[in-house]
Amino acid sequence: MALAAAGLLLFLLPLAGLIARAPWNQVGTELVATETATALGLSLFCSLTATAVALVLGIPLALVLSRTTGTLRGVLRALTTLPMVLPPVVGGVALLLAFGRSGLIGSPLHQLFGLQIPFTTTAAVIAETFVAMPFLVIAVEGGLRSLDSRYEESARALGANSWKVFARVTLPLLRPAIFSGAVLCWARALGEFGATITFAGNLPGRTQTIPLAVYVALETRPDGAIVLSLILLAVSLAILIGLRDRWLGAP
Amino acid sequence: MIRRVLALGAFVFVTSCGGSGDGPAPASLTVFAAASLQPAFEKIGKDLQSKDSLHVTYNYAGTQTLTSQLTQGAQGDVFASADTAHMTTVVEAGLIEGTPKVFAHNRLEIAVAKGNPKGIHSLADLARSGLVVVLADPSVPAGKYAQQALAKAGVSVRPASLELQVTAVLTKVSLGEADAGIVYVSDVRTSGKVDGVAIPDPYNVVADYPIAILKHAQDSNAAFAFEALVLSPTGQSILVAEGFEGA
Repeated sequence: MALAAAGLLLFLLPLAGLIARAPWNQVGTELVATETATALGLSLFCSLTATAVALVLGIPLALVLSRTTGTLRGVLRALTTLPMVLPPVVGGVALLLAFGRSGLIGSPLHQLFGLQIPFTTTAAVIAETFVAMPFLVIAVEGGLRSLDSRYEESARALGANSWKVFARVTLPLLRPAIFSGAVLCWARALGEFGATITFAGNLPGRTQTIPLAVYVALETRPDGAIVLSLILLAVSLAILIGLRDRWLGAP
Repeated sequence: MIRRVLALGAFVFVTSCGGSGDGPAPASLTVFAAASLQPAFEKIGKDLQSKDSLHVTYNYAGTQTLTSQLTQGAQGDVFASADTAHMTTVVEAGLIEGTPKVFAHNRLEIAVAKGNPKGIHSLADLARSGLVVVLADPSVPAGKYAQQALAKAGVSVRPASLELQVTAVLTKVSLGEADAGIVYVSDVRTSGKVDGVAIPDPYNVVADYPIAILKHAQDSNAAFAFEALVLSPTGQSILVAEGFEGA
């Protein structure tokens, strides 16, 4: 009990600190400031896009992971969780070395098509997906492993092809796992800082998401930074609560 | 059990925050230094370690980051800033012992890829379309100086990114992701991976680097020794070798 309370306090105290120090009279001006709206809009766009990409790529990856065994599984799993342990800044450098203008893939892309990924909104989305997708994959894989395979077998026995089994049986059963994975993934993407600043840079309206805007503001106008953080907090809470009802219905 | 876990937690907390004070460890010193000072200060620290067996720990970051860390109560012994404005903020917060002393100057230079493949020869060239130019954010001293230089030259640049420390600008150029960036002469000198394009004096900006002892220094003798070495002929010649101008 005491330890649980200590754990909770660790979360609550910084939040209390933010709220206690918040310049409430400035919330209004900060809310309508164009920089805030720009950064918030960009943050929502990037984090939601990253979550969508993670859903499209991550669910199949989780399927593969859940169906492999032995050494291959260990290797795949380690690769998938790599971005979770890699310091995000190092992740950003790795992304530069892969997708940058002189990177492994980036160099031919640049030479053939004149494409440059770093310093674009696309780069911010890639950085967020890279860092956040493991959370989705792990959650969905966990869901798949605890799935009762008899439902799928019955469907197969009744003549459904494998796509139909996946779409009509597996996916609906997986909904809670996908939902919680997507929420974790989105939350991680929303707060992403290190990989974004390193790979995508920092430019208002293009790559400056809220965490970056907060970092810049912290040094020039700390009050603004606190208000920005609270806005981010409020928006994420609102979305989380709103989504919960819509996706899960009554628990 | 719970008590033991709590005690362990407290122990980890204290040891990770304390640093000095655990047994007869050699004297140690924490220096908050502007990111651009890293190459020079590493050498100065080595010198101090070999002579006085004083161990120096550095916190390198953009001066603006260091300033907010210090005003929020971060513990350090020495602060070396890349401009006087942020030093003044720390002085006004009542955190400085004595008066800051300017120990070095730096100038701006345009960093470009080795061999200057894009043929960049002046600040005006940075406004060319299709060029990826990266600057430091105006909240960073190097970014503020870069803005001043561009304004003096009457050039308006559309940067691809506003980096949070000058060393990040250098990284983007040295990795080939940016065609050009405005950094310090000392950055180009020590990087070895980029070429520098000089900015003529009328447009250039001279950065003053002040150093000061922090009031809550854990070991003010060590802090004074570090400051004295930076200001001494030895320290000055290291700084000059790394591309700074002496005080």
